[in-house]
Amino acid sequence: MNYVALKMLFGDRAKYLMLLCGLTFCVMLIVQQGSIFWGLMMWSQANISNLNVPIWVTDPGIAQVDEVKPLASTAVDRVRSVDGVEWAVPLYRGVLRARLTNGDYHQITMTGLESATLIGRPAEVLEGRFEDILQPDAVVVDQWAVERMGGPTVVRVGTIFELNDKLARVVAIAKTQKSFTNIPVVYTTYERAIRYVPHERRSLSYVLAKAKDGIPVEDVIHRIRAETGLGAFTEEDFGIKTYMWVLKNTGIGINFGTTILLGFIVGMAIAGQTFYLFTIENLRQFGALKAMGASTFTLARMILLQAFTVGLAGYGVGIGLATVFGYLTASGGQLPFAETWQLLLLVLVALLVICTFSALISIIKLARLEPASVFR
Amino acid sequence: MTDNTQLAAVRARGIVKSFGTGDTQITVLKGIDLDIYLGELLLLVGESGGGKTTLLSAIAGILDINEGSIDVLGVPLSALPANKRTRFRGQTMGFIYQQFNLLPALTAAENVAVPLLIQKVGRAEALRRARVMLNRVGLGDRMDFLPKSLSGGQQQRVAIARALVNEPRLLICDEPTAALDGPNGQKIMELLREVGRSSDRCVIVVTHDSRIFHFGDRMANLTDGRITNIERIQREGSA
Repeated sequence: MNYVALKMLFGDRAKYLMLLCGLTFCVMLIVQQGSIFWGLMMWSQANISNLNVPIWVTDPGIAQVDEVKPLASTAVDRVRSVDGVEWAVPLYRGVLRARLTNGDYHQITMTGLESATLIGRPAEVLEGRFEDILQPDAVVVDQWAVERMGGPTVVRVGTIFELNDKLARVVAIAKTQKSFTNIPVVYTTYERAIRYVPHERRSLSYVLAKAKDGIPVEDVIHRIRAETGLGAFTEEDFGIKTYMWVLKNTGIGINFGTTILLGFIVGMAIAGQTFYLFTIENLRQFGALKAMGASTFTLARMILLQAFTVGLAGYGVGIGLATVFGYLTASGGQLPFAETWQLLLLVLVALLVICTFSALISIIKLARLEPASVFR
Repeated sequence: MTDNTQLAAVRARGIVKSFGTGDTQITVLKGIDLDIYLGELLLLVGESGGGKTTLLSAIAGILDINEGSIDVLGVPLSALPANKRTRFRGQTMGFIYQQFNLLPALTAAENVAVPLLIQKVGRAEALRRARVMLNRVGLGDRMDFLPKSLSGGQQQRVAIARALVNEPRLLICDEPTAALDGPNGQKIMELLREVGRSSDRCVIVVTHDSRIFHFGDRMANLTDGRITNIERIQREGSA
């Protein structure tokens, strides 16, 4: 009877296309909004992921990565002394204003890396050599700095600008993940970063660390917390902490959540109603099938097959359209768009719920259908 | 008719069927006794609202009765649970409806194959047997046509082929000629008459159409929920 079910589905082209459009729209909306949402969440922790270090040590009361709570400079040595720590290095992070030679001011995020190891440096360099950061007055900017500060004609390798009345010379352009605030990142050494910024009693922003091989990161984190009284987090936990803060303190979660929920409800309403109409219009035929010996179970299976067939078709088309949208709008990094397999799996589950719900309304109707109705 | 006609395919005793409850209850069948024999075509006639379709539905096992019993081909149909009744119906009965009830998205051959597919016969075999049956009803050249491309008479012939394709022993027809013009109605009844002549089958036809009365072997008149008379129909040339 699967063959009959599919022929019935595809035979009513108008209804089939309406169902397909409804489910496609629903999937596209959920995937597109979900991907943008997840992209934004990834952006929110870009200042963590761009450094790619396993342990972040900071003030225990910190809420998120961009909320710097300066530590005493002794914190680095205290972390180094914890058993199980392979290495620990200082990191400076703060916001400054850069003054270009054309007189423009731009806010930048100053990131100071330990000069001996350059731990936390970006993995990919687009122009120049990152190691040249060790030269006098040298800084490395990310590609977003080039874009935000006037483009490649204004900022390129060799460009000179001022940071707090001190000279900075661009020696390389690094590739980084765009951050939530989209403030350009300027890298330099830790020591030079301290010189660029106005004097503060405490200038150490974070201690970056790594556990020795064979020792679980969680154990080392517990020891750092216990022995130094500082807050210590894995890269992943610090990322989660950051995007939870974003969700709690901005309207992003509610905004995207509402759109995704609307997509789900609209999809369910369209699919449910169209499917129900489809069943009502074929009620006499279904009654005739029942009279001919088709059980309610057989009819239910037919309805489910129809629902899942059109559902999976809508899933494919919807994902395709959302992906094209993502490719067209996000390929330049202008829009956060992270279409992950977890999201696609979640949408598939949501779609199966929609299809099952739609089919169920029709199945209930068919279960109550008396085959004798075909004689009326 | 042969001696086989004395074998009752359907034996209905004391059938009572009511709809509704309390003051609004209407009793449609008021104690029906009826035997229908193998090898005969029984016409069920009577005024509208007299209970013909209700009796037909009860005999087919698609409507529960309040009182009485119905045995079909020796099986106590009214006592069977719903799922067994559905299976029994699929294996032993064929249905022809006033409005044909063909699936619009399926070709003639596919429509005819449906009862076989319900009985889990493979698609290729079901379609092969459907094509044979369509040839028998004279629609060999219309096998791949959709119902909307067929005339009313042709659609009813497809419905007959569908009803006969799994070789049912009991053919149940509800106003099979009501939606057809005179000549097409006659052709359909000739086909049903031919089926009814088979010694191991019987045909029940509910009808208002007096032009087809001569195709029946017997005619039962149902008025106000009771069978008022059953008469044997004399045809030209019969003994």
